[in-house]
Amino acid sequence: MLVTPGDFAEWRSAARGLLAGGVAPEDVSWRGSEEGASLFGDEAVGASAGAVSLPRELLEIAERVICHRDPEVPARLYRIIWRAARDRQLLARTTDAEVDWLRRADKAIRRDVHKMHAFLRFRRLGKEAVRESFAAWFEPSHHIVRLTAPFFQRRFYGMDWAIVTPDARAIWHDETLSYGPGGTKGEVPDSDIVEDQWRTYYGAIFNPARVKVNAMRAEMPKKYWKNLPEAQDIAPLLAGAEARVERMREAAVSIANPLTDKWRTRVPDELLLDDDVNTLDELACAVDRCTRCPLYCNATQGVAGEGPERARIMLVGEQPGDQEDLQGRPFVGPAGQVLNEALEEAGLDRRRLFLTNAVKHFKFEPRGKRRLHQNPTTGEIDMCRWWLDKERAFVQPDLIVTLGASALRGVTGKSASIKSMRSRVHELEGGTKLIATIHPSFLLRLPDRERAAEEREAFVVDLTRAREFAT
Amino acid sequence: MSAKPILKKLSLLADAAKYDASCASSGTVKRDSMASKGIGSTEGMGICHSYAPDGRCISLLKILLTNFCIYDCRFCINRASSNVERARFSPQEVARLTLDFYKRNYIEGLFLSSGIIRSEDYTMEQLVEVARILREENRFQGYIHLKTIAGADPGLIALAGLYADRLSTNVELPTEAGLQSFAPEKKPETIRKTMASVRVGAEDAIEAAKSRLIGKAMPPRFAPAGQSTQMIVGADAARDDDILKTATNLYSGYQLRRVYYSAYSPIPDASSDLPPVRPPLMREHRLYQADWLLRFYGFERAEIMEGAPGGMLDLTIDPKLAWALMRREVFPVDINRAPRELLLRVPGLGTRAVDRIVASRRFGKLRLGDLAKLTASVKKLLPFIVTPDWRPGKLTDSADLRARFAPPAEQLALAL
Repeated sequence: MLVTPGDFAEWRSAARGLLAGGVAPEDVSWRGSEEGASLFGDEAVGASAGAVSLPRELLEIAERVICHRDPEVPARLYRIIWRAARDRQLLARTTDAEVDWLRRADKAIRRDVHKMHAFLRFRRLGKEAVRESFAAWFEPSHHIVRLTAPFFQRRFYGMDWAIVTPDARAIWHDETLSYGPGGTKGEVPDSDIVEDQWRTYYGAIFNPARVKVNAMRAEMPKKYWKNLPEAQDIAPLLAGAEARVERMREAAVSIANPLTDKWRTRVPDELLLDDDVNTLDELACAVDRCTRCPLYCNATQGVAGEGPERARIMLVGEQPGDQEDLQGRPFVGPAGQVLNEALEEAGLDRRRLFLTNAVKHFKFEPRGKRRLHQNPTTGEIDMCRWWLDKERAFVQPDLIVTLGASALRGVTGKSASIKSMRSRVHELEGGTKLIATIHPSFLLRLPDRERAAEEREAFVVDLTRAREFAT
Repeated sequence: MSAKPILKKLSLLADAAKYDASCASSGTVKRDSMASKGIGSTEGMGICHSYAPDGRCISLLKILLTNFCIYDCRFCINRASSNVERARFSPQEVARLTLDFYKRNYIEGLFLSSGIIRSEDYTMEQLVEVARILREENRFQGYIHLKTIAGADPGLIALAGLYADRLSTNVELPTEAGLQSFAPEKKPETIRKTMASVRVGAEDAIEAAKSRLIGKAMPPRFAPAGQSTQMIVGADAARDDDILKTATNLYSGYQLRRVYYSAYSPIPDASSDLPPVRPPLMREHRLYQADWLLRFYGFERAEIMEGAPGGMLDLTIDPKLAWALMRREVFPVDINRAPRELLLRVPGLGTRAVDRIVASRRFGKLRLGDLAKLTASVKKLLPFIVTPDWRPGKLTDSADLRARFAPPAEQLALAL
């Protein structure tokens, strides 16, 4: 068989014919067209017995591997597809010697392609044309011009360009891609006006205190350096690095820039003492700055209560959850959804309630990409009561509805089971009434649907009682 | 302001930007310039167009809009009190540079940050303006990474998310105390709020896309490459445990794609109380390894810390090996039977190798010779695995197992 190195279409049609004709790999001799005529004629191709189906992945790999410079590649590839036609699982047999070779060859090609995408450098041709045009000289290790050209087309659609390599060239002109024979470095301009800026950037972005030459050379092997404009600066940058670091170490710290104070004209926020909080808005700012307990360290923000200052009913939950923490508002997450629906059913208008939490910062345990809610301790609830009491003092509700045990503890200062407190209206010190019910997130956690429906109904009954009280 | 020549500005403002480790250009949506007939594409996988002699990839034009700054963070070369020479680009100049570099295939796009000038909002507006010029006036389809200025108006961040592929807000120092002492104007809660608004913006955009009417245009994407952050390692007294604690909180709370750990590197005109030492590059490397264990290997932070006495990762051996040496009872692991999660715990097996092992063993028992094809080095695996032709015997529990991996102690040169 006679094939042009790197021409997948040609190899594929030849291989397809051979495969359909049942020609075994050992009966074929593959030769590159530049090496002259093949030993045998092409007579085997004719006998087509219908297309043989091959795994799509294998064809994709073959399209790359055919670009390999190794002259044995067409023959080896044919041997693999010959086997793959009889064994659909062949590619998954990663310990098979030929599959292993295929994977390695594919990796080599992909690396070569990746490096060409990375290290090719365009230089501007001429000046002041309506449509800018550029040219690049590149020396890839394999025959990959056709593999890489579509990338440059997708990327540089709006300009004309030519890529010249020793084996082949790709030209993008007037929105048409074409290929041609190899060329020489001399066809491409030997400089570009922007290269000075690029080299300046390259020098400035280098940190002399972290020299790691091997890391650089592993990713940018020396063979590419001759066509990289910035590579000529590597040696001088390295030579001067040690001295630059030494100078940094020795230089005495200079006195502060005299303009410092002029630039830093802003004073830090007036520190508002917590005791001076006079409005609910001020309270929200103060809650956000609260450092009474360590919960603030990991939470996004302190979430204060929300609602009209003269609300007759105050709803107290446990603490902000993931969404509340992000948005800075109470009851906007999944439990908030459940609450909204239940409120509606009970005939309560959320906009006329004051909603808050016993604890103002989100307590959680990070687990991968999620934050798992953690119950606050009684210590944390008690510490945060200071804020809840402030809110109660501002709003002076007639009725407080506590959602869950933490809220009950936050309001009463005592631990009691919801069960023992439920279904009755209690009176707090100062005459405020109290209804204790469950937290809506409890409903979300119940796996048994029947039980969840029952509990939900009881929850709505509690909320309805609250509405009756308030009207 | 006297106009400095462009080369001078470039030199100053790239130099000032190099302490930010992030240079990723990956993880965004696929885009190209075929429809717009402009310039630029993103292919999902990032491309490193060059490497500096510090071993770092150069993928983006990483510069500051200006190095003037009203903040006085002591670890930063651009702090208000530093005597570094100052410069400022106009938004048009940055756009021009980006396009000039891009058309020559030097870069994947732009990573733009800035010192704080006038106010957080004004600074953020200027950054957004550069992105707008690139996207709208020049139909630029390449990668854009914008620094979000902590404390800037959420409306500006929402706008930034529409132009940028990635947004990032640096937490700078891993602990609250560190930040208070080194960057008095920066507030951790402001930084977290800014990250929260990026996450909310991204989630709102996904929600909008899901609930769009059939046949209607897709709503615009919001920072499709997500958000990232950076912590400086070794400037303050924070331990590795503190650093990883902060990292796990950030990953879980704000869906960060990456946390970058940047070894504190001495800067010119440093503040006097900072260590004038070589950057702790090995410590940085170990933190990245631990970060990978958290994200891709199913490790919890507490487990990694089992192999890190005193809250500091072992510098001589990698954190997975350190953990394995503390938990010998888990080993040896049978390569042909162990579940994926357990294979991931074997020192020397990466995620790729594990995938290949799981795929290959369906076709028959894997022997040592097979493993050699699937992994980088079989030698490292030997004490921890069982195959039909290999049993480690006493090797797994031998007292000198650590010495087998730790590089030999260097003999001190004798003074002559």
